[in-house]
Order: sequence, then structure tokens, then C-alpha cells
Amino acid sequence: MKPSPFAYAKAKSLDHAIELLARPDGEARLLAGGQSLIATLNLRLSAPKLLIDLNGIGGLAGIAVKNDMVEIGAMTRHAEAERSADIARHAPLIALALPHIGHAAIRNRGTLGGSIAFADPAAELPACLLALGGEIDIVGPTGKRTVQADDFFKGLFETALGPRDVLTAIRLPAAANDTRVGFAEFSRRHGDYAMVGLAACAQVDGKGLGDVRLAYFGVGNVPLRAKKAETRLTEGSIDDAVKALASDLDPSGDVQATGATKLHLAGVLLRRVATQLMEVRS
Amino acid sequence: MKIVEDSPPILTALDRPNSYIGRSVPRPNMARLMQGRAQYVSDVVLPRMAHVAFVRSPHAHARIESIDAAAARKAPGVIAVVTGPELAKVITPWVGVLTHLKGLKSAPQNAIAVDRACWAGEAVCAVVARSRAEAEDGCGLVEVEYEELQAVTDPETALDPKTPVIHPSIADNLCFERVHTAGDPDKGFAEADAVVETTFLFGRHTGVCNEPRAIVADWNPGDARLTVYQGTQAPHMMQNLFAKHLNLEEHQIRVVTKDVGGSFGIKVHTYADEMATVALSKLLKRPVKFVADRIESFVTDIHARDHRVKAKIGVKSDGTITAWEIDDLTGIGPYSVYPRTSGIEANQVVNLTGGPYTCGNYRARARVVFQNKNVMCQYRAVGHPIATAVTEGLIELAAAKIGMDPLEIRRRNLIADDAHPSQGPSGIKFEALSHHSSLAHLDSMMNYAGLRAEQEKLRKQGIYRGIGFASFVEVTNPSAAFYGVGGARISAQDGATVRLDGTGAIFCHTGVSEQGQGAEAVIAQCVATSFGVSMDRVRVIMGDTDNTPYGGGTWASRAAGIGGEAAWQAGKALRANVLAVAGSILQAKPETMDIRNGIVVDAATGAERIGLDEVARIAYFRPDTLPSGIQAELVATRHYVPRAWAFAFTNGIQASYLEVDTDSGFVKLLKHWCVEDCGTVINPQLVDEQVRGGVVQGIGAALFEHCLYDDRGQLLNGNMADYLVPMAVEMPDIEVGHVVTPTADSELGAKGAGEAGTAGAPGCVMNAINDALRPLGAAPLTDMPFTPDKILRALKRV
Amino acid sequence: MSEHRCDITLTVNGETVAETVDARKTLVDFLRDDLILTGSHVGCEHGVCGACTVRVDGDVVRGCLMLAAQCNGARVETIEGVSDGGEIADLQTAFEQRNALQCGFCTPGMLLTAQELLASGQVPSREKIREQISGNYCRCTGYHAIVDAIESVAQARAGHKP
Repeated sequence: MKPSPFAYAKAKSLDHAIELLARPDGEARLLAGGQSLIATLNLRLSAPKLLIDLNGIGGLAGIAVKNDMVEIGAMTRHAEAERSADIARHAPLIALALPHIGHAAIRNRGTLGGSIAFADPAAELPACLLALGGEIDIVGPTGKRTVQADDFFKGLFETALGPRDVLTAIRLPAAANDTRVGFAEFSRRHGDYAMVGLAACAQVDGKGLGDVRLAYFGVGNVPLRAKKAETRLTEGSIDDAVKALASDLDPSGDVQATGATKLHLAGVLLRRVATQLMEVRS
Repeated sequence: MKIVEDSPPILTALDRPNSYIGRSVPRPNMARLMQGRAQYVSDVVLPRMAHVAFVRSPHAHARIESIDAAAARKAPGVIAVVTGPELAKVITPWVGVLTHLKGLKSAPQNAIAVDRACWAGEAVCAVVARSRAEAEDGCGLVEVEYEELQAVTDPETALDPKTPVIHPSIADNLCFERVHTAGDPDKGFAEADAVVETTFLFGRHTGVCNEPRAIVADWNPGDARLTVYQGTQAPHMMQNLFAKHLNLEEHQIRVVTKDVGGSFGIKVHTYADEMATVALSKLLKRPVKFVADRIESFVTDIHARDHRVKAKIGVKSDGTITAWEIDDLTGIGPYSVYPRTSGIEANQVVNLTGGPYTCGNYRARARVVFQNKNVMCQYRAVGHPIATAVTEGLIELAAAKIGMDPLEIRRRNLIADDAHPSQGPSGIKFEALSHHSSLAHLDSMMNYAGLRAEQEKLRKQGIYRGIGFASFVEVTNPSAAFYGVGGARISAQDGATVRLDGTGAIFCHTGVSEQGQGAEAVIAQCVATSFGVSMDRVRVIMGDTDNTPYGGGTWASRAAGIGGEAAWQAGKALRANVLAVAGSILQAKPETMDIRNGIVVDAATGAERIGLDEVARIAYFRPDTLPSGIQAELVATRHYVPRAWAFAFTNGIQASYLEVDTDSGFVKLLKHWCVEDCGTVINPQLVDEQVRGGVVQGIGAALFEHCLYDDRGQLLNGNMADYLVPMAVEMPDIEVGHVVTPTADSELGAKGAGEAGTAGAPGCVMNAINDALRPLGAAPLTDMPFTPDKILRALKRV
Repeated sequence: MSEHRCDITLTVNGETVAETVDARKTLVDFLRDDLILTGSHVGCEHGVCGACTVRVDGDVVRGCLMLAAQCNGARVETIEGVSDGGEIADLQTAFEQRNALQCGFCTPGMLLTAQELLASGQVPSREKIREQISGNYCRCTGYHAIVDAIESVAQARAGHKP
């Protein structure tokens, strides 16, 4: 299938992109990596009147570590992040998650900002951002603002981004010595969207895990924190944490698995990820 | 019979100098495929060519109340909007029945639905435009009003009196029924020490050829000829059908098939949208191109399997099988597909169940019913994966019940290698098979004892690995018994024409075609060997009804065994013709000479007498120098069709080694083995790769592939993200071994090898999963595909 | 400024190409329809099958998930150019020797994807090779022969004796 007709504009600057978004019919879409958007256009599942290409705007890509935060420009490609020593060292959860995203050709083109903004509930990066308690920089008609990951994902493919907003960067706390991360997912085939996945982050102290953040994906309309399980895990009981998932999560079935299976798999993931979190760091 | 490793030794009857038979020579057509210089139908562009897209029914069953095409007709680029009734003036409907499948019935099917859509995806209107994109834009503007009708979707209730009958013109929703009883099954079950009874379910799946179906039809009223570029497995069959339904003569139609991006049985049928494309070209008097997009492929490419088989086996405590019984039910969509029908798969299930074994007490019933889903028809290994999984599943369940090793129970029941000719429980006739040699070869190839020891050790560590087997027989080299006797004009025979060119190289024109299996290489190997030139002196011409002998094409594992034999014989005939001319030039007796490596030699001494280039020069340019009365005939044609046996059955056995993650229900395939016997192995590498590709297609069925429908007849996962085809990471390495039992029906002795992998793999993987989970007390899994969901349920983890 | 038709100038296989394209036209359709470079194939148009794989500015991408309009100023390489330049001649020979293709429809994309891994100069494990080609669908081969072919080229390039 071929896309419905649309117009194409290459934004010269952020301001230009925001100006272009101001179409009266609101039917403009931002084009970042395009790895999800163009597929939906080709399937005629969406038919915007205008595509605004962000790829020509300078300064939107790149990885920097400052003030104990890792800042990743929205247009940073997955492959670039995969190769980045800064990501490997300061954002190990992202490094763990990246190889699970699509395939080589997809990662060459797909962007981190695009993935967060698209907010597919089965995607890896939104959950990672949530697990890390990251923040999202947004520029809109009224200027810049920053939104916490916990407040960003609103509903199925809905985020805190307004119709005239552009996501410009994400920021994550850089991993400290005491930071532990874990990541695992079940997907039927390598690179597929996950049936269920879990991104996790915690701080270790002498006794156990603190500040546990468990972010599930593929189990609801948005990436979800399993807050009761977080508490149980902080208290030191994996079994109780797994049990708590039944009240944290209520996944619906889809073509791959029933809701009950997804909930079960969420528990399996929790045991595996908890083990990763508790591993002594070499 | 002999067991061969990588490269079989030269075989007796074919032991010619410089023989290519049995050698893994590379295919001659690969460079263009690798350089992006192939020509698939989707690449074809013709002057004045238009593109068609179809408006397709969103409903599984609906009456078409009205079609308003006014807006579409005015859309940019749109050339024509054509409805079913309009197109029916150009092309007649068809009915997919065969007389030898007694009682099989179906209803007339139109190129575009005329008043009623019978499945979600059936075309109800065509939009022809300058580009595919504009044709799709036009489709979006066509307003169709439907009255939705009740959809018949569940085969189990399709025959209930209160279920609506899909086609008022036929009495009920029963397409075909076959009942077969052999021996004394009741006595057999009475004598059994153990009886296992279960129900096997096979998910609907589809071919997902990497290149979707594609056709370019070019009606030229000036020539009164229709040229059709089509990605088909059977060019002559399509020539006949286009002629018949467009009211033309066959000679007015040329079907050209160059490169085909995968077929697997998907591209051997009549598709309504392809027939519509041809009719549109006739109507519009210009070339029209249709390339199915992936989404419409999922709802229009034939589906297959979707069988429910209730099955039962009786065994004595010594492992002797005493009886079999099956009851197969399958829903095939609203029409039996033309011209091969949709009754064949169920018929094959009845034919093949129990096939490798001696027990002849057998009762079978198969029912084929209509439903409002996409049509089903023959897809790689037709019926075999079902019959094999049922048979082999029963055997391993029975072995477990009586506490016998799964290879041992097979040893006690497989037809003995020296007991041939023989027959299977359904009466299918076997010329010569090698079940026991194959099993023994597999046993050693996989180090069965070692794997069992490893399995046992790992179980103690909580790691659950399984070993599963599947013996099988495969139908290959079909005679006219497959289709011709039922009235279908599908050639069972095939021909080859070999011609010497002016430089001493040869052309071989063959009726079989290439979709990647390596038919071109096999034909070149056969003719190069039997004629006596190196392969680089052979050019194979195929896939063009104007330029090849009448033939069936490539399906049912027939190209090498049938097309190869015709080429072999044609090469021999041309050799005789050339030697006759050489004899007259050299004043030597032709029978004292041979052609070796492109040179006419003295047969006894090998001494060179005359080059083929010189023979050609004299015959073509200086025939005046030949003795009077000598006319050189440097073209020879031979045909071949199997006559002694309806089918050249092959056999083999597969094994799967896998690990089940009992927490997640995920299966990791560790290794797969296949030993198969396709008779003379013309090209071992090509056979191995057919087996490997086939195995992975079978693994797809076992673990991943499933066309999921809701109860209103809507396909829920008709895209490549949700319909899971096997990809590289999840697939195992596959080891292939051979046993060679040539067929005596042909001089070459080659049988087919294209479907063995797909036939055995699903049952084999099923058995391995059940073997892995047996110590955990899981209920046996018999419902394909075996998803994590189903495995977890079997383990009672969810 | 936004347009339904876009003027683009790019290099394709080293040749400068200036065309006007529909904004909605994907890169692979542009290559196939406008430049008649039909070695890049269309298999699914939703980014799953990998038959449309081409290189843009040195990286393999899905030709169906980029617009031609986005390629203004880009350096695009297709199987035709990469073959003619001889860059993957050893890989092609290995595919031929190992019969690592059947219908050939996936092969251009498979070769370009493999070459990206091989270009690293490492000798990857079979698992790594399978991972690299995990986004390239092949219905014919079962993948085993493809993995063999890529592995043999990696070893040969690293100077290992076969």
C-alpha cells in the first residue's frame, strides 16, 4: 500500500518546525526517524496533510554528560547511542535495551526522541526513561519546558506533548556507583515488540535495594510502574514482589498472549531482573 | 540403496565421463539475483502500462447493495473503475472441482464479486490508474453499500442445520467428504494393549512469499494476443485458463515467467484478482499491472492447514501398532480453489496417515466444509505436515504410554526396507523406500544415545530439553493421477528440447520453471551430462509458453524427477543426432563415438575426433559438404511422464532437539536433523537446501505462524509484524543426510525433495516439546502453533 | 514552505540524480519506479521484511521507511552500485558457493545487511550473524546457508584459512 498524499516540509529550525505545526486543521506530523510513522503512513493508518521533517535541524542530536545527567538529543539515532561510550558507562539501562529495538537497519534510522514521543506501549525506551526517572525537554509555541517521565505518558500513543510541541531531548540521571539496572523482555522473535518487558533501576546500599523503579512495557496503554512490587522488592522479598504484580498490572490479551500469560511473564521477568539488580557489580 | 554423505559417488546408470550427476555445482542463475539484475514480475514495466488496485470487502459475508464510483472516476490519474458485473462481460466464472474427488462441489467464482462478497478481502471493485498510489486513492473514493450477512466461520458448526448455507446454489456447506476403511480397525483396537486418543489442531497459515503475487497483462488487439507476465509455477496451466475464461485460443496467449520471488504452492492457483487484471487489460486494450501488497496478500493468498483431526492409535505392549483411526475436519473458505480444488489437502491427510508403517487396520474420515474466510488450497507439502504430525504424534504418545523408546517403536513398525513394493494403510503404493536405513543413519548422525544422556543430566538441573522424531513419506513426481484424471488441464508430463547452436554450445528449452529451487541448474546438469558438454555450454530456457515444450511447471516436487528425466533423454537423443552427423563427416560408425566435454571422441580410446563447433559449422554453414542424403537434425525433443507408479514416494526421518523454558513457555530450538531419500541425488547441495528451507517452513507452522480470525471472519493479524514468520535468530542449524533409493521408473532415478522438510518438521518439533515436558506431567501439546501461551497452560503455570 | 512535489538532488551509486518526486513516494519506490533500479525490492512496505534494504550515507536503512524527499543531498547506494563496484564480490561468491539464496528476492537486502556487519572486520559468532540479519526475511533457505556464507567471508577477510 502507498501513503495517502501529503505535503513535505523540511524544518530549518525548531521555531520553523513549531510554526509549520500551526496548521489550522492540525493535521501535521513531525518526522524524526520515521521507523514507526512511515510504516503507518504506508498502511494508510494515518493520513496527515503535512509531514515536517526534523532531520535538517542542527543541534538536536548528540549525547552529553553534565551535572550527573546524561542528555540525549531527540534526533540521536539508536545506532549512535549503541556505539556511544557515554551511554555504555553512564546510561547502562539504555545500553541494555538498545539491542532489543528492531533490527540493525531500523536502529540506524530510528531516533531516541522519536521513540519516546511516539510512546508505543510495547516499546523499550519509554519504559527505560520511566525506570530511570528521566525527564523530557519540550519546546512549544510558548517556549521551553521540562516534563518528568512519570508525568509524560498519558494514554495509548498519548503524551504530554501538545499538538504544537517538539520533543528536543531526554535527560537521565547518570548511573552512580551504587546504581543497579536490569532489563529483560519476552518477544516472540528477536527485535519484535515485546509481549512483556521490564526495565528497572535501583540503588544499592549495604543491606539491599533502595529507590527501586520497575517500569513494565507491553502490559497496558502506557509504560507502567509496578509500585507495589517496587516496595516489596525494597523490603527484600522477590516472592512478595511477584505477588504484588497482580495488583500493579492488569494486562489485556492480544494476538500473542492472554492477559493471564502476560501477568505470569511479568513475574518471570521480575525474578530475572531482580537477580540482575542484586548482582555484585564487577 | 546406499547411504551417502556430502557428495554421493557417481551412480551406475549415469556413470558418464565428466558427469554432473551427484555434484554440488552452483546454480547458473545466481549472479543476476545477487547483483540486483533479476527480473521479477514486480519489476516489469511496459509502455502505456496502468496499475490496478482493488476495493475489497471489509465484511466476511455481505450482499453488495450498491457501488458509487462517481468520485473515484474523477480522481487524478484514474483511468477506469470497473465493478464485478461489468467485468463479467469479459471473463467467465469458474468452478474448482475435480471428478476423481467424488462428490466434491463448489460454486461459481467471479473475478470480481458480482452481488455478494464471501470473505473479508474479496475484491468488489477495481480501480485502474496511472500509478498504484493513484489507484489506491481512487479505491478510497469508491462508496460501497453492503448488507452484512451472517458469516459462517466455525467448521465444527458449518454443517449444522441452523447454520446458513453459504451458496444457495449448492445444498449445504459440505465441499467434500471421504471415508476410507482398510483392514479391520475394530479388531485392531480390540487387540491393543493400549489405546491413545487425542485431537490434533493445525493453525491456518499462509505462504508469505517474499515477492507478493504479481502479474502484468498486455492485451494487444493489433496482434489479437495476450501476453501475461506472471509469477506463476505453472505457465502452461495459466495459458489454458486465461484462454478458457477470456474466450480465446491458447495460441493467442503467451505466459512469461522469469524470476519469481518465492512460491511454495502459493503461486500455482487461480486468483480472482489476477484473472481480473487479465480481463481488465482485455477491456482497456493496454497493459495492466497488479502487484498484491502485503496486506492484501494476507487476505487473498491461499491459506492452508486449519485442520482438526481426532485421532486414535492402538498398540500392543511389544510396540506393535494394531490400528489407526482419524476424523479430519477442515474449513476451506467459501470456494474450492480453481483448478486444483481445495479438497486435495484433506484427501492427502487420508492418503498419508500411517504411511510409513506396516499396520493396515485403518479407518479415516475427512470432511471439507465451506466458510466465510479466505480460501485455502495447496501449499508446500500439502497434507503431509498434518498426516505426519498426527501419525508421529500418536506413535510417540503410544510409546510413552507403553514405556518404549520412540526410535524403538518405529523400528518395530516401519515398513522393512526389503519389503517393497508395498503399500500404506490407505492403499498408497510404494516402489521402494528406506525407512530403516534412514532411521539408522539419523541415529548415528545425531548421536542419539549421547543426547539422551545429556537430556537426563540436564533435567536434574531443572533444564528441560526434548528430543522428537518424525518419520515420513512424501509424494513426488506425480503422474496424471494427481489432477489430469480428475479433468484438470494440468500437464503431468514435461518436455525438453535441446538444440546445438552454431558454436557447439546447447540450448535446453524446458517446461519446468524456476522459483529458486534450482531447477535451472538441475536441468543443465542433466543435459550437460547426457549430451556431453560442460555446464557453461548449456543455456536453459524456461518460463515462456511461446518457447518451451508443453509442461506442468514446478510444483509437487516434480521439476527434477520429471523435467530432469526429459532433459536427460533429450540430451541423449541430441547426442545420437550429432554423432550421426559426425559419423558421416568422419566416415566412422556413430556407435563407436561419444561426446565428451564438447568434443566428439572415439568411445573406446577417448581420442579426439572432431569438435562440436566444427560439426555445427559444417551442418549449418556447409551442409553442401555432407554426403548426399544426410540431413543434420541438431534439435531433439523428449518428454517424460511417470507411468509405472502414480507417485514416486520418498521417505525420511527428522529429529528435533530443543529446550523449553518452563517459566516462560518459550522454546529454543537447538538443532534439527533430517535424513531423506529422494532417489538419485542430482545436486546434493540443492537437495540439502530444499530440506533446510522446508524444515524452517515446518518450524514456522509448529511455533509461530497462525492466521488468527475472530468469529465474524476478520483476520486479526494480517501483517508481517503480527503474523510471525521464522526469522534467523530463532532458527537452528540443520544437518541433512541422505539415503539413495533410485526410482526405476526413470533412467535418472531421481525423486523429488522439495517438501520433505516441511512434511516432517511440525510433528517432529511437537514431539520434542512433549518429550521435554513429559517429566513435568504436562498434558501433551497437540494444538499448533505451540505458543508460550499454550505451553504455559499445559504446564498449568497460567 | 511545504510541497506535494519535491525537487531532490542526490547521488545514487555515485551518479548525481536530480528529480522531482511526490512527497509521499518512499525511497525504494523512487529507486524502482523513477530510476529503474529494481534490485531493491518491495516485500511488505511496513518495515518488517528487509527486502528494500539500501544504504543511505553509508548506513543500511529500510527503503520503505524513508521518503525520497528526505534524500535531498544524500548518498544512496543500492545493490546494483555495490555489486558493480566490487565491494562485496567475496560475499557474493560465498553466497553462490554455499547456495545461500534461492528465489533471490531477499538477497540484495541480505547482502547489504551482512556487509555492514562484516565491515567491522571482526569475526562474529553465528549468533551475532543471525542477530544482524534478524530483520531480513528469507522464506526459502531456512537461513543456515546464509549464516555459513557470511561466517566464511568474515573468516576469510580476517585472514583465516577456510
